[in-house]
Amino acid sequence: MNDSIRFILNGEDIALTDIKPTETLLDFLRLKRRLTGTKEGCAEGDCGACTVLVGRLADGKLAYESVNACIRFMGSLHATHVVTVEHLAGRDGALHPVQQALVDCHGSQCGFCTPGFVMSLYGLWLMKEKPNRQEIEKALQGNLCRCTGYEPIVKAAEQVSRMRPSALFDPLERTRSEIVARLWAMQASGTIRIGNGEDRLIVPASVQALAEILSQEPEATVVAGATDVGLWVTKQMKRLGPVVFINHLSELQSITESEDGVTFGAGVSYSSAFAAISKKIPALGRLIDRIGGEQVRNMGTIGGNIANGSPIGDSPPPLIALGATLTLRSRQGQRRIPLEEFFIAYGRQDRRPGEFVESVFVPYPKETSRFAAYKVTKRRDEDITAVLGAFLLTLDDAEIVTAIRIAFGGMAATPKRAHNVEAALIGKPWAEATIEAARPAFDADYQPLTDWRATAEYRQLTAKNLLTRFYLETVGAPAELKRFEEVA
Amino acid sequence: MDKSTFEDRKAIISGPMHGSLRHDSAHKHVTGTADYIDDIPEPAGLLHGALGLSDRAHAEILSIDLSEVAAYPGVVWAFTGKDVPGVNDVSSNGSHDEPLLAETLVQFHGQPIFAVIAETRDAARRAARLAKIEYRDLPHWSDIDGALANGSPLVITPMTLHRGEPETEMPNAERRLRGQMRIGGQEHFYLESHIAVAIPGEDDEVTVWSSTQHPSEIQHIVGHVLDIPSNAVTVNVRRMGGGFGGKETQGNQFAALAAIAAKKLARAIKFRPDRDEDMSATGKRHDFLVDYELGFDAEGRIHAVDATYAARCGFSSDLSGPVTDRALFHADSSYFYPHVHLTSKPLKTHTVSNTAFRGFGGPQGMLGAERFIEEIAYAVGKDPLDIRKLNFYGQPGSGRTLTPYHQEVEDNIIARVVEDLEETAEYRSRRNAIIAFNRDSRYIKKGIALTPVKFGISFTMTAFNQAGALVHIYQDGSIHLNHGGTEMGQGLYTKVAQVLADSFQVDIDRVKITATTTAKVPNTSATAASSGSDLNGMAAYDAACQIKERLVAFAAEKWNVTPSDVVFLPNRVRVGESEIPFPDFIKQAYFARVQLSAAGFYKTPKIHWDRKAGRGTPFYYFAYGAACTEVSIDTLTGEYLIDRTDILHDVGRSLNPAIDLGQVEGAFVQGMGWLTTEELWWDDKGRLRTHAPSTYKIPLASDRPKIFNVRLAEWSENAEATIGRSKAVGEPPLMLAISVLEALSMAVASVADYKVCPRLDAPATPERVLMAVERMKRV
Repeated sequence: MNDSIRFILNGEDIALTDIKPTETLLDFLRLKRRLTGTKEGCAEGDCGACTVLVGRLADGKLAYESVNACIRFMGSLHATHVVTVEHLAGRDGALHPVQQALVDCHGSQCGFCTPGFVMSLYGLWLMKEKPNRQEIEKALQGNLCRCTGYEPIVKAAEQVSRMRPSALFDPLERTRSEIVARLWAMQASGTIRIGNGEDRLIVPASVQALAEILSQEPEATVVAGATDVGLWVTKQMKRLGPVVFINHLSELQSITESEDGVTFGAGVSYSSAFAAISKKIPALGRLIDRIGGEQVRNMGTIGGNIANGSPIGDSPPPLIALGATLTLRSRQGQRRIPLEEFFIAYGRQDRRPGEFVESVFVPYPKETSRFAAYKVTKRRDEDITAVLGAFLLTLDDAEIVTAIRIAFGGMAATPKRAHNVEAALIGKPWAEATIEAARPAFDADYQPLTDWRATAEYRQLTAKNLLTRFYLETVGAPAELKRFEEVA
Repeated sequence: MDKSTFEDRKAIISGPMHGSLRHDSAHKHVTGTADYIDDIPEPAGLLHGALGLSDRAHAEILSIDLSEVAAYPGVVWAFTGKDVPGVNDVSSNGSHDEPLLAETLVQFHGQPIFAVIAETRDAARRAARLAKIEYRDLPHWSDIDGALANGSPLVITPMTLHRGEPETEMPNAERRLRGQMRIGGQEHFYLESHIAVAIPGEDDEVTVWSSTQHPSEIQHIVGHVLDIPSNAVTVNVRRMGGGFGGKETQGNQFAALAAIAAKKLARAIKFRPDRDEDMSATGKRHDFLVDYELGFDAEGRIHAVDATYAARCGFSSDLSGPVTDRALFHADSSYFYPHVHLTSKPLKTHTVSNTAFRGFGGPQGMLGAERFIEEIAYAVGKDPLDIRKLNFYGQPGSGRTLTPYHQEVEDNIIARVVEDLEETAEYRSRRNAIIAFNRDSRYIKKGIALTPVKFGISFTMTAFNQAGALVHIYQDGSIHLNHGGTEMGQGLYTKVAQVLADSFQVDIDRVKITATTTAKVPNTSATAASSGSDLNGMAAYDAACQIKERLVAFAAEKWNVTPSDVVFLPNRVRVGESEIPFPDFIKQAYFARVQLSAAGFYKTPKIHWDRKAGRGTPFYYFAYGAACTEVSIDTLTGEYLIDRTDILHDVGRSLNPAIDLGQVEGAFVQGMGWLTTEELWWDDKGRLRTHAPSTYKIPLASDRPKIFNVRLAEWSENAEATIGRSKAVGEPPLMLAISVLEALSMAVASVADYKVCPRLDAPATPERVLMAVERMKRV
């Protein structure tokens, strides 16, 4: 039984024994199943026209999340329930309340993005009772509409929130217990292997099995959320060689909280991390809210964001500032290093053959410390970072800087500490004059590039100004614009 | 739930004109059952095409080696410009400056050089990357500055508008100033990328499904590249997943390639470029550089304007002529210029050929005019709104009604629109509060602006202002509607169906809306220039009138009553004293051999234009509107928020208020994107690097104004005899977004205590805002 990917598509059990490791869910739906309600708008997880729900069992409970079918590989769907827009309307053709609300509010014009909006709104409606405008906008960060200006879509979300899921009209509510049973029955008993040679797809049964596989196949591509790797396939048409999927490994999805910090397994999605972190480190929670759209946050993982080593990945700078520790694992065992040492150079990380990122430990800032992370982008939400600054400050009773850790993204070939700036601040009074005097040190720490996201000049100036913003925040004069007052 | 009684239902039809009917496809949109071209079941044996694109901005092609492409598994055919049976050209204006496939010269990075046909789309895409092409690089320039520095040629004859004595009057002005404004382009980002499917027929026939705003042009181009007459080509489109002007001419290449391969291989062919190819290989909104000199008096009243509008047109002319013309037609915004001289400079650049985009040059022209106002306001130290009002066109007889193109503004309601909004949006008190706020706030600054819109309606090419419709009534009383307009989400099909339902006084579900096809209505114009419902609504109305005339004559004769005793009531016809249900009435007409089909036609009256002389009446009427926007900026990063927008917009007597409101809101947000976060960026190799949503940022739900109050001017009625006295709505509201840029500008100006015009250019990305703030600090 370990020769197939098995899942439920709407109502039907599917077992696939002949699939390529890079086959996407979107192509499967549209080309093989002719479920054409799900659209391709961008094939990179940015427009949301391909949004579907994927239900999976977590701690025995069935939870549905919106995801981008365009960059979701088939190999990552084992023992899940894939729900497309075709599944919503009643058998008699009656529209689902989410659909009806969009019609009533004139929420579609050209209609091409609409099925994706339906699925995102449906995901929100299942999860949240009476969402406020902030929560609605957050749920829609990953969906682009070019016609309506969004107002009627937001109104539809508000309208439908007056109803709650009921088995009377909601297909997923009706089948919940039955689906749970069917998904249980689908759990693999061992590692799934499909295909030959370069085209192999491997779904390891455990972290131990993963370590074994990578020791034999160090060149295999490890795929968790595929929110980055997906684009290597859809955009660059890269061949990935054997692909090892790890998104299903519950051992990698643990979130362990202790007195002094929290450990995230490499497979913890941004969405799951947000729930755990936003109360303890609100600034990090706010930052996670601005990574990708909801679909990307449901798929993408903190581990993947670290492992891929992008200079504009959003989690490394704040985690470096917080002093996070990375645990790498291989068949030989575990290795712990400070996160900042993992990033060696552009495209090069301290990951040895056969090694994979297992977890990251994030220490909580001490009560006496102040922490902040600021992401600056062209568009506020769902945009890739131009400049991201993270600050962890400790002052003594005389308001003298005893310790400060500053890390930036978008300013160098890797996420990078601002050692010169830190040095210019340590031992000095935390005052405007000190901040001003430290500004030139940025020029020693960073020589940013110009690209389509920002010029080098803007990046450098903004980095300096973010230190000012941090200072203002710590002295009770915050100067940051917030669309809504505070994260719920 | 429908609680109407039978009597109510008898009294009024569902879906009359002026009713807020939902979009005809709304229930299909939300269920995923609305078929876009990629969703239509594919004919057996369909093959897929992919483009082979240039990776040079400007180069001679020395050789093209497609052997590896052809050898790739699944590839059926790879072809170049030499394989085009007819003319290797897809230029929309007949100037033959736009090869379908470049043969000897590439003129932009991303220009199609060859095409691959394969069994799967994946195989075609992979194979397309295997070509070996040798080039000899030539000097290239991507932008206006480069074009000016290199003495770049123009892609088409420029236009000049001239009125009064600007040459002699400019020096006589009390005050003068010169300036320059940069205005960025814009990618359409329709959610459905371009697509075409061609199905070969007998003899020379071919049927093409194309995501196009202009089926007749696709028909013409396909005939042109295949060297077959138009009567052999049928082009269909039921709906597009957005157009915005990007599918007016840009679909030509995909349809042409699909048709060539379909005829050659006798197989159905589909071309669906992915998002990156679509954005690289199709045109965008023109960037402009406006150089201006203004003469005005101490009060801020404009005396003379002299301005040049240089545009990045790309490598070919496409629609750059009429686009740059329309920029000039709107260089007055809502303002009277006593002495004026305006010239366009449509520059050739080594970039994709820029094309139509909602507003069609008008937004750039208007944005320039609003900058003029700002310049003057800061120069004389007044609220820009006061300068706006001081310079508005006057009422007939005021001596202040003549446009730079010598058309009288006869239907001017701009003062009323602006005053209404000024009051309801509480502009004055909020502006005072903002000025007070800025005095006390060190890093966060606010701004507010109220800007007007006046937009001319009609194609400036007079011939395009015509439309046809075909209406059949079948024996069972069901009605089949077809017209030359295309549906891209704007609700045109719904509005025209309302016209028909209203004309026959039948419920709208009796009217079947069918795909636009060149086989039913010939020689159509592009659905563009906001003209869709004006033209096609009237054509459908004409068809309905013809049939009704026959029906009335038939009834009068059969039941021996006078024609005035035959009245179309909701879902029935009253003939004398008796009432006959509509289907029964139609059945009787059929048996009496009444022709129940008609081809309707309409051409816009009154308009004419002499481009050479720069004189005429290019527009049938004007649509008006105004928007008031408040913003906050962060002067440390340049980030900003749109706090509130109030809009009052004029659509005459709305054909469908719900749809019109949607057009206004959507256009505003799209315009806001153009002026804020949407930035096109080419690298030094002439390669567009913002070619997908990961790098090109259109607005999200969380970018729209936090408070968004939108109203239609319910009191307005078109002074001209348009369909139902409505006005066009597609383009005009896009320019309401100028209020966003002006509000950002005020927030920036506060840094230097409003002493200088900040000259904030577009798009006002956070970076541009921050850099403008830095300039203000140095004042």
